[in-house]
Order: sequence, then structure tokens, then C-alpha cells
Amino acid sequence: MGKISNQQVIQSLTLKFGDRISVPNEPFGLLTLETSVDHISEVLRFLKEDKELKFNYLTDITGIHFPEQKLSIGVIYHLHSLSNNVRVRIKVFLDGSTPNIPTATTLWEGANWMERETFDFFGIIFDGHPNLIRILNVDDMTVFPMRREHPLEDPNRVDKKDYFFGR
Amino acid sequence: MTNHPIFTDNDPQKETITLNLGPTHPATHGVFQNILEMDGERIVSGVSTIGYIHRAFEKIAEHRPFYQITPLTDRMNYCSSPINNMGWHMTVEKLLGIETPKRVDYLRVIVMELARISDHLICNGILGVDTGAFTGFLYLMEEREHIYEIYEEICGARLTTNIGRIGGFERDFNDIAFAKIKNFLVKFPPILKEFEVLFNRNRIFIERTSGVAPVDPETALNYSWSGPILRATGVDYDVRVNEPYSSYQDFDFDIPVGTSGDVYDRYIVRNEEMWQSLRIIEQALQKIEKEPKGVFHANVPEFYLPPKEEVYNNMEALIYHFKIVMGEIDTPKTEVYHAVEGGNGELGFYLVNDGGRSPYRLHFRRPSFINYQMYAPMSAGMLLSDAIINMSSLNVIAGELDA
Repeated sequence: MGKISNQQVIQSLTLKFGDRISVPNEPFGLLTLETSVDHISEVLRFLKEDKELKFNYLTDITGIHFPEQKLSIGVIYHLHSLSNNVRVRIKVFLDGSTPNIPTATTLWEGANWMERETFDFFGIIFDGHPNLIRILNVDDMTVFPMRREHPLEDPNRVDKKDYFFGR
Repeated sequence: MTNHPIFTDNDPQKETITLNLGPTHPATHGVFQNILEMDGERIVSGVSTIGYIHRAFEKIAEHRPFYQITPLTDRMNYCSSPINNMGWHMTVEKLLGIETPKRVDYLRVIVMELARISDHLICNGILGVDTGAFTGFLYLMEEREHIYEIYEEICGARLTTNIGRIGGFERDFNDIAFAKIKNFLVKFPPILKEFEVLFNRNRIFIERTSGVAPVDPETALNYSWSGPILRATGVDYDVRVNEPYSSYQDFDFDIPVGTSGDVYDRYIVRNEEMWQSLRIIEQALQKIEKEPKGVFHANVPEFYLPPKEEVYNNMEALIYHFKIVMGEIDTPKTEVYHAVEGGNGELGFYLVNDGGRSPYRLHFRRPSFINYQMYAPMSAGMLLSDAIINMSSLNVIAGELDA
């Protein structure tokens, strides 16, 4: 598989950022780490521009909503180092009332629509984004539909409640 | 492109005209709207509007059990829906830790490569139509029909296939299916050859496509391109090789790459990929001969529905059937990202699971969506007719773009 191991990625990240990144884990071999909104720009820039790691390919940006957590909105980046063939996943959790995070469009042009999609569905504000408007939903939509408080079905129906579906 | 001229500039002396290309223009082959600012035949700037067929698959997926999400994936890239189906099955198998038998892997490889051929057939055929050569398209459509007949023999459906199940296939390929695949391997190469003879060295086609919309590898990577259009720029990134899934490591095939990333290179790369797909299918058929016969799914009774007659006559089968349908089986609380090489590029599934029977969050990394965002910026300065064939060669599928 990869030419550098996850351990090496962790090592260079800890060397540079110390405790500003969380204790990483590796579900299914994909290195996953968490950082805070204050450091996400530096972490992404370091991963992209480091001479050894070369995470030059932004695979995906997406969001997630955990309404019961204090930091309820999550932003998840998937990066890929094509020359080393290693992937890394970075998560940032934001306060639900002020979901602001610096944009990644300064590093990758491709982040533009990914961030617009994430904004469209989760209401995450990417500060510095050149054109942060809705992309898939209609412009006059007032809510962010992928947040958990918006039910898919008619809320008055009882036959499709979540507890019938294993949770 | 924050301030588009048409929104800010109401000057009556404006020298450019605003042109709505789409949403239902026949040359765009799908629901794409591009608001272009034209200076004569030349595009000054453009804005893409997407989302016309957005169907909220990610939201729906949060309320569907794993096996009911497969039909949603069909409707993303409907030109190669088996790849989407298999990608989803493999994501769930990765989550659940299911090891599929080699024969299942090879059967899947056959179906996925057939799907890749049918996807590329459409793209290259339509590229011919857009450049004014209708004949090649008609030659190829007949072959796509043969691929659809193979799907039909395997799963009963043709376009939105819902093919396979978590753990394998719903039934074994029958003899007719194998006969049709072998027949396809005999009949298709001469037709593809003929298509190439019509196009590859055709002076009109070359002058129409060569040097149109060239992209350098840095820009392509910066825009997160993947798939044939990235390989046409010279980057040899293919998920089948970088992270082999479904036993692709057992196969011997080449990854064609281009040099200039223009429309002609994309055409050549897709054609060559079809030849490589044929090689893979041939090898897969040989490998299947050596595997034990009749194995078409993994032995995972907790997740693979038992045969119907078993359910009626066998207590264990009934219990498993009930548990699967009612979602009584615990799944690991974790997250998984799985990518497959779709017809258009890296098709990724990011699945966050909370232990229930439906995903807590499912995100599709759709290559068409990510590839298409460069379309408007790269169209600036291009002739309108070049922009049309550029869109054609990006092979953006509206269903995958909007999900």
C-alpha cells in the first residue's frame, strides 16, 4: 500500500503541532485526527506543502451534525497523498451557534463547490470563501436540510419513526 | 466568480450578450444550465447552475437500511450503475468486516468492467455526435444494448440495475449470462476497432478536438479531478491500482495516460480503457474457471437474506430473515471511507455508523460534481462550440452531479 506509514504521518504532525491535534485513531487503516478550528488552516497547509507527506489531493469535504454534543457541527476533510498513496481524514468540530471555519479554497480550487455543498446542507460558514451561496438546493430555502432537526418524512406519521429502524 | 456581469451590469451599451446554455439544451445531454456571457462566438465568462435534479439521496439514506440504499446509488451515475452498486456493497462489507470469496470478487469485476465499457461507450459515442459524426455513435449503441442484455440476464434490470447484494450476488450467473459475456468479448473488439478507425486518425475529428480545453496536471489536481479526464492530463491515479478492491490486484492491466489533457486525449484514454477492461474481463473469466463452482455470496447469514423457500421451511432461515428485515443486528459504531473507480473517477462513500441499521451519515463523493466545477472557469475564452464538446468529454452525468 502506502509508501509512508500512518505512523510517519502521525510523527511529523506531532512534531509540528504537538497537542494541537488530538490523539489519532485508524478506523479501517485510514488515519483520522481531530484538530480545532483555530489550527485547521495550518494543519491543512502543512499536510499539503510538506516535502515528505505531500497530501496534495483534496478528496472531499463534508459535514456532520451531532445535536447532542456541545460542539455539534463537524467538518470532515479527506486528503490523499497521491505520490505516497496514503489517505488522511481530519475532523473539526464547531459550535452549533457559530459554525465558522476558515476556507480551504486558498489551498485547493476544488474546495470551492465542496464547501458550497457543505454550507448548503449544514449551514457551515467558510470564512473567506469567494462565493458562499447555495448550490444544490433552491436559493430561497431558509433551513439547512441535513441538520438532524429536520425530519425526512411528515413528522405526524408514526409508522416510520426511527425507533422502528433500529435506533 | 462573485460578481457575474449579468447580475451587476445593466448598462445598455454592454457589448456582450447573455446566453442561457441549458437547462434543457439538447447539446448538453442532461440538465445543466450555464449562463454564459458571450462576445460573438467567444465565451467571456460563465456561471454553472446545478441542482435541477437534486433528490436528497444523503438525507434519504439516513432513513433507509443499508440494503435499501443500493437503489439510490443506481440513480447517481446511471450510465454505469453496477459500479455504484458494487461500491456501496463493498463499503458496507468493509464496515461489517465481511470477506467475500474470490469468485464473487471476479464476478463483480466482470460486471464493473462491463459497466465501465458502457459508460465510456456513451461518452465517446456522444463526443462523436457533438463533433458532427453520428455514425460511430450508432455502431456503439448496439454494443451497449448487448451489455444491458448481460445485466438483464444477471439481475433482471437494464439501466438502474440494483445488482448484487451485501456479501455477493442475489443469484449465480446462469449459463446464458456467461455465454453472452463470451459472445460480447468476441463481437465487441472488431466494432470498437472499427470505431477507432473512424475516429482516431480522422482529420476532422482531430482538428475539432485536439488542443481544445487542454488542462495541465497541476490544475487538474488542484481542482480534485479524478478518472479518465485526470489521467488524460498525465497523472496515473486509478483507484483500482492505488487501493485495489474486489481483487483487482490479481489482474494484469495497464492504466492509459494522456499528455496534454485536451478533449482528444480524453477520448483516446477512454478508448484505451475499454481495451483494458476487455483484457480484465477475459482474465476474470479464466480465473473463475479455477474457483469452486456455485459460490456467489459470502457466508454471512446475519446480513445476506436466505433463499425464500428456506425462509418458509427452516427455522434458522426465518429468524435470520426477520432479523435482517427488522434491523435487529448490531453493526459496529465507526466510520468508513471506501472508494471505487467509477466511470468518471473516484466514487467515494463516507459512511458514519451509529450501530443502527441505517447510516448516521452517508456522504457520496461524486466525481461528476467535483469534476464539473472547473467547467465554467475553463470555458472562459473558449468558442461556444468548443465548450460544448468540452462538456461532452467531461462526461458529467446529471444524476451524479446533483445526487
